[in-house]
Amino acid sequence: MIAELGLAMLWLASALALLQLVAGALALTKRGRELAGIVRPAAVIQGVLSAGSFLALIALFLRTDLSVKLVATNSHSLKPFIFKLAGTWGNHEGSMLLWVTVMAMAGGFIALFERRLRDDTMLATLAGQAFVSLGFYAFLLLSSNPFERLAVPPPEGNGLNPLLQDIGLAFHPPTLYLGYVGLSIAFSFAIGALVTRDVGPAFARAMRPWVLGAWIFLSLGITAGSYWAYYELGWGGWWFWDPVENASLMPWLAATALLHSSTVLAARNALRAWTVMLGVVAFSMSMIGTFLVRSGILTSVHAFAVDPERGSFILALLAIYIGGALALFATRAATITEGARFAVTSREAALVVNNVMLSAILGIVLLGTLYPLLTEAFGEKVSVGPPYFNPIGAIFFVPMLIVMAIGPMLRWRDDRAGRISGKLALPALAAALTALGLVSFAPTIKPLPFLGMALAAGLAVASVLPLVGRDLRRTPLPVYGMVVAHLGIAVALFGVGSDSAFSIEKLVASRAGESHKVGPWQVTLRSIEPVAGPNWTALEATLAATYDGGRLSLLRTQSRNFTTPPQLTNESALHTRWNGQLYVVLGEEADDGRWQLRLWWKPFVPMIWYGGLLVGLGGLLALIGRVARDMKRSRAEDKIAYRRARQGR
Amino acid sequence: MSDPTPTRRNGLWLWLPLALFFGFFVLVMFGLLRPADRNVASAFVGKPLPAFDLRPAVPERPGLRAADMATGQPRLLNVFASWCIPCAAEAPQLAALAQQGVAIDGVAIRDRQEDVQRFLAQYGNPFARIGADDVSAVQLAIGSSGVPETFVIDGKGVIRHQHIGDIRAEDVPMLLEKLREAGR
Amino acid sequence: MITPLTFPVAPAQAGAYPTVAPVRPRCIDKESLSRPLPAQGRRTLVWLMVAMMGLFAATPATAQDLLPPAPYAYKQLDDPAQEAKALALMETLRCLKCQSQSIADSDAPMAGDMRHQVRERIAAGEQPEAIRQWLVERYGDYVTYTPQVRALTAPLFAAPLVFLLVAALLLRRRFRKTRGGKP
Repeated sequence: MIAELGLAMLWLASALALLQLVAGALALTKRGRELAGIVRPAAVIQGVLSAGSFLALIALFLRTDLSVKLVATNSHSLKPFIFKLAGTWGNHEGSMLLWVTVMAMAGGFIALFERRLRDDTMLATLAGQAFVSLGFYAFLLLSSNPFERLAVPPPEGNGLNPLLQDIGLAFHPPTLYLGYVGLSIAFSFAIGALVTRDVGPAFARAMRPWVLGAWIFLSLGITAGSYWAYYELGWGGWWFWDPVENASLMPWLAATALLHSSTVLAARNALRAWTVMLGVVAFSMSMIGTFLVRSGILTSVHAFAVDPERGSFILALLAIYIGGALALFATRAATITEGARFAVTSREAALVVNNVMLSAILGIVLLGTLYPLLTEAFGEKVSVGPPYFNPIGAIFFVPMLIVMAIGPMLRWRDDRAGRISGKLALPALAAALTALGLVSFAPTIKPLPFLGMALAAGLAVASVLPLVGRDLRRTPLPVYGMVVAHLGIAVALFGVGSDSAFSIEKLVASRAGESHKVGPWQVTLRSIEPVAGPNWTALEATLAATYDGGRLSLLRTQSRNFTTPPQLTNESALHTRWNGQLYVVLGEEADDGRWQLRLWWKPFVPMIWYGGLLVGLGGLLALIGRVARDMKRSRAEDKIAYRRARQGR
Repeated sequence: MSDPTPTRRNGLWLWLPLALFFGFFVLVMFGLLRPADRNVASAFVGKPLPAFDLRPAVPERPGLRAADMATGQPRLLNVFASWCIPCAAEAPQLAALAQQGVAIDGVAIRDRQEDVQRFLAQYGNPFARIGADDVSAVQLAIGSSGVPETFVIDGKGVIRHQHIGDIRAEDVPMLLEKLREAGR
Repeated sequence: MITPLTFPVAPAQAGAYPTVAPVRPRCIDKESLSRPLPAQGRRTLVWLMVAMMGLFAATPATAQDLLPPAPYAYKQLDDPAQEAKALALMETLRCLKCQSQSIADSDAPMAGDMRHQVRERIAAGEQPEAIRQWLVERYGDYVTYTPQVRALTAPLFAAPLVFLLVAALLLRRRFRKTRGGKP
């Protein structure tokens, strides 16, 4: 019954999306004006219905209703509650339903809360959102129905992949999806603005908070995914330039560029066509990423069901939406002028450079990801990996960091270099001192980590400078947001540099009682014993570690044996200090009764993820500031309108 | 919108994103229609076998040296393992080839003597020599990336052809043809 | 990124386990495609095998070997400078049996054998680039994550220049030549 209800709600929601599209499009014409009234309610109800449908699927998973095919193939009655819940989106169909739900709810929220856009642009935007949603409703209902029943329910479900039975993974996909799909709002805004040729500061101000919201989730989702890979995979790596990781990075790069260019548009009414373009590109990258991952045309570690039919379906959607939006852009953008010119030393010039660099990095990542596909068309296999992405990306990343340090201190319109050069001495000093320290303590350091750490130190100092000399209580929240987010980049970069320059790896074969030195740590294997969990059994190694002869800490690492489905996973053990992390993994038993242990001392590595969290927090501060200011303004406008109405009476 | 300094735009630039997307579309269309062959082929086909000297994998057969392969007659070099199911599946085809007079040498990858013996007892032994490759050294040296793989070696010890995966019945005539070519 | 994935477990109980999330198995081992359930607690990635079923239909599968890892698969070289050289090289070599992992972070036996090969050659005094070339001669450019510069890969390396050129062309009229003077 719940499954049928969920499916019915999904069909109804898609019908409403169709209504929203047709009514919205007709309302833009002279004769259909009276239809304008139903567009917003349609969007809201569509959001509610698809949320209801998603809740229905969650209910089915929580009850482990094995008559539903999706539940039977992905769940198991003995799974802990949280993983039954996570199982809802831990599969193709469920995650596509989540995708559609987020998209519909985003449309609903715009319909409810967005009041700044011109009426016709608003109609075009909601019609655009419905248009995009329709394709994904069709995909879900025609080729990936999550509510399909089984004629004969099996006695027990197949279970969830043990690698996914992890608390991090329970939250990582929804977070990332809120980010990916949230960017559909920017896409619809861009389409709406192109249709009505209404690209200006008001458009930028209206779009910015929505993009900011999606961007926060995207930043946090990528950070969480990276940390998960780090502790779950057991080799201490946190970013592999795998196609699937690149697929999440590309929308983030585009959205970051979009946030900055929309600031220029809002403040200076410039970069109009460029901002609209980025709005289209950001969500296009989300869709392209989804396509690359689900069609299976790229070789990735993240295994996927290779389904050519689904791949072609998504490719058709890409052609319609991205191709359509870009064609619309090409025909309309000629009438959108780019606006005022810039002085070389000005805030907007710095933001333009930032945009160019971010776009170039995006281009490099996209090219590197697709290149193996291109050479395969010529009958040759190549691999493009870290040795390409790191140095080539740095060509653009390094200038961007420098501009990031300087830009926030520049004034809009026009500034004198001399005004800020005094202020810049401090970050330059920090960078120079760090460089000096690195060269003297680690003369063999490689150029990229060296550059990264020195620039990170400079940027960290520079990022807080915009607050110096300001009345901190009257400084608007978005400024704090910028400071925190930029600081987050510096922190993360420092962690990245330190990890690649100073990590110490130790592979040992060990017996209980034996002791090993890893950097400043002395690690002793105490015992190896069997333990049992709710749906697994494991061998657990207990290790005692002391840092530089200090206090003893115990670490436990497991080699887990899951039964449904059968699989072994390694649970690494981490010990975090202020200056780094000790990372321990239990390997196999060797013939002589010794156990393989992999030990790492990774100085300052947690800064990578602290930095990611700071970036997200910065976005949140900016978002709160912007929303609060908008609410204040609209309340003031209401008051004025009210007074006018009374006076008029 | 008032625009203080309107710039003239070149309309063609605006079509660039669409053109790039079209390129992407064609590329992935191609990728979808012709799913890539995920096997990694050896780049060593056409080159002489590198020197190696493997100890016997089982006492019943001698070990394998690269020099043993250059006998003036084309031979097959079968890279296999007892723990590999497709290797068992291709055993009848290897037996058929051996029956037709094809000389076959084997390289057993990461295998124990008793396992190889059990494997040969169960599925037959078409091999003239079997070398034990405990750390995949020979496998790496000839560019093989899995088991089973079968190489056609000509009389001078040059690798002439690589067959990836198990030999199906329909592959046998093709291999015979390759052997004939190698013998010319 | 979220990725659906199908992974049967063993031929007998083959079923679909689609999942979502960055599933990074230790290695997708094509030799292990349809191997029977692990008899003893040897490391296996059963579900992966099945993930690859579709991909390796032509090379179905088998069990995993029972030999211990090659001597230098999980053992570092005594000389830290040599080990650092070996590690730097291993991080840029692609595991042939895994889908997208370097041999430095894969538990596949063949990756272990490749690590052994690399460490032994480094210990014998061979230069890392010579070892890379040795492997490229056998497996083509696929085996190295560092694309070799040649005609086919030239666009990869020309891309940064092209991007800068396009940016300069797009921006050439966006900046005022002289300072001052509000527009």
